[in-house]
Amino acid sequence: MAKSKSAYSVPGKIGKIERHIIVVWVDNEAGVLARIAGLFSGRGYNIESLAVAEVDKKKHISRITIVTEGTPQVIEQINLQLKKLVPVHKVADFKRGEKDILFRELALFKILGNSKKIEKVKKICKKFNPVILDKTNKSLVIQVTALRAEIDKLALDLKSLGLISTSRTGAVAMTKGPKTFN
Amino acid sequence: MPKLLSGAKIVFKALEDQKVEYIFGYPGGAVLPIYDELKNHKSIKHILARHEQGAGHSAEGYARSSGKPGVLLVTSGPGATNAVTALTDAYMDSVPLVCISGQVPTHLIGTDAFQECDTTGITRPCTKHNWLVKDVNDLSRVLHLAFEVATTGRPGPVLVDIPKDIQFKKGKYKFFKNTLKKKLNGKASKKISNSELDKFIDLIKKSSKPIFYTGGGVINSGPEASKHLRELVSLTGFPITSTLQGLGAYPGDDPQFLGMLGMHGTYEANNAMHDCDLMINIGARFDDRITGKVDEFSPGSKKIHVDIDPSSIGKNIKVDLAIVSDVTELLEALNKRFKEKNKNFVSSNKQKTSKWWEQIGKWREKKSLNFINSNKVIKPQHAVQRLYELTKNQDTFITTEVGQHQMWAAQHYKFNKPNRWMTSGGLGTMGYGLPAAIGVQIANPGKLVVDIAGEASVLMTMQEMSTAVQYRLPIKIFILNNEYMGMVRQWQELLHEKNYSESYTAALPDFVKLAESYGCVGIRAKTPEELDEKIQEMINVDKPVIFDCVVDKAENCFPMIPSGKPHNQMILGPEEEEQISDEGKILV
Repeated sequence: MAKSKSAYSVPGKIGKIERHIIVVWVDNEAGVLARIAGLFSGRGYNIESLAVAEVDKKKHISRITIVTEGTPQVIEQINLQLKKLVPVHKVADFKRGEKDILFRELALFKILGNSKKIEKVKKICKKFNPVILDKTNKSLVIQVTALRAEIDKLALDLKSLGLISTSRTGAVAMTKGPKTFN
Repeated sequence: MPKLLSGAKIVFKALEDQKVEYIFGYPGGAVLPIYDELKNHKSIKHILARHEQGAGHSAEGYARSSGKPGVLLVTSGPGATNAVTALTDAYMDSVPLVCISGQVPTHLIGTDAFQECDTTGITRPCTKHNWLVKDVNDLSRVLHLAFEVATTGRPGPVLVDIPKDIQFKKGKYKFFKNTLKKKLNGKASKKISNSELDKFIDLIKKSSKPIFYTGGGVINSGPEASKHLRELVSLTGFPITSTLQGLGAYPGDDPQFLGMLGMHGTYEANNAMHDCDLMINIGARFDDRITGKVDEFSPGSKKIHVDIDPSSIGKNIKVDLAIVSDVTELLEALNKRFKEKNKNFVSSNKQKTSKWWEQIGKWREKKSLNFINSNKVIKPQHAVQRLYELTKNQDTFITTEVGQHQMWAAQHYKFNKPNRWMTSGGLGTMGYGLPAAIGVQIANPGKLVVDIAGEASVLMTMQEMSTAVQYRLPIKIFILNNEYMGMVRQWQELLHEKNYSESYTAALPDFVKLAESYGCVGIRAKTPEELDEKIQEMINVDKPVIFDCVVDKAENCFPMIPSGKPHNQMILGPEEEEQISDEGKILV
């Protein structure tokens, strides 16, 4: 190894990267999203997707769902650092692929094409709770809800059928059965 | 109906209820209503700095030497941005600061108005929390919450940004106490369980090569923590080392103390950290200047980590027993439990750790803090040693700037009490020491306060001498003047083939004349012979002093752990020890 010229230590071994979904309950106040996003960018963590909306109008609590990737150590740090923020009430963390958790992402697709193509589109989307939001004789706006990978594939398949615009949300998550996150 | 008060009055009411005695600040357009109100509040004294960074470091020095939060008052725009370095410094070193900043009136926010900046946006990553107050009726709640956030859990800086119109507007004042329902650092405060304590004690009893590794958390927990730490160390008979920030929590001249550890720590402390079988970390954070190469850090030890901040545990180093707690609470409970069941532990355990102490003795024989003294030029280490010898009999407070002089001060000045040592460790802010000394002197009138400085660092905040003179604060600026940015020069010599790129300062001021122009006293020492007499003269003067101690220009700071190396591969000196003759050795 070449002689290091740095006053800093060399990086150690990097652990296995895992994908996690982190749900954060926060006070819905000015700048709160910037605090969360700033924590991630400032410490070099990665946000793959983000979904946020107020879920309790009376108490002004927003629920933020963040999909992120990192080594177990990084994921632990994300959890602990989030809990230190003043407007954060609680943090729930789970691995992608855990059995008891439901995820959904929502996507809107705009397709240009004749009725034949549009029929094909409807067929392909059938499995993913399709809702037709708008239809003209040469266009279609269709909404689907599915998992991330499914939407990825769907978008790919629709390309040849006249997909001209895609709008997607981040993932939202909920536990199965009677229990809730804590 | 409660009496309505202006925002500016509410600010002072809150400060009074928080028992604030001093504000460090600098006025400007957007805080004028608050400054206007100052005259009506005699219990609060304002210290006018010469730059907001200086005000911030003064507030830090005040906080660290008194245990109370430091309060900072600055204007909008440049006032706030100038305070950012001090806020970041306080954030890294866990110093409780409350910064109140003025802001342009609410209706002008976002219009790029004169002296407007996104203060809460800029300071978000360098404060524990910050607030922009847009409703005067929120002001008292926010201010009291600000003090609470700054001083609880792991302490740190907070900022309250108050638009000018809010300072004029009238609203209700209420004294809020404990508005924060949950514990600030993530985990709800829970009682330390006996099973945790028993695990701790069990590890202590099983160990034959133990070491205590203590940090700034012991200082931040208050003077009681140091008492309990001293008791625990004497109950166990174990060796102890300290981080830069933890110096003073345990007496520096005690035989169980191995000196500071880390990049410029002692040979015995670093080797003991590397070879130990039990590491007891109390209030330290496994900083990269301590661990060196993480993969090879103390490979064979069980590790206990006590920290009030759960995110500090497991961040850099995995540990075997993690306890989230205030140091005082933990040590009090631990000592009590330990004493109940382990009478005469030290004598019964002596056999078990005797080999370990023998090994430590061998490491100590290296005398890693030695240097070759000279009778022609003043060696910087010698200067710090003389300063220590001539000031150790009085209660002395030391601040430093950042660089070689800082490490020499840490190595050669022995601290016996907590809160006597104020240095910028985490951020490494050159220019910290002089303004910090001002804050220290304000919190400790009548005490000797010395800033051990480098000539490059001290010029960064030299303007604060004017503050010291204005408030008759007899701080002593003890400059180890080698005309170089010494630490930069050292790294260039060792790692960049002696290419001293931009590390020499040409055209330095004459520090004696500079002192005189500020209205304080200038003293210069050029030879070892006159050093003691000049230091004594400095101590005796009841005025601020700039002491220009002309030292060896090429001296390097040893020992050191080279980058990327584990603890047991320290460089001891220039050509290792062969070159150092016995006569030339100064025993430390």
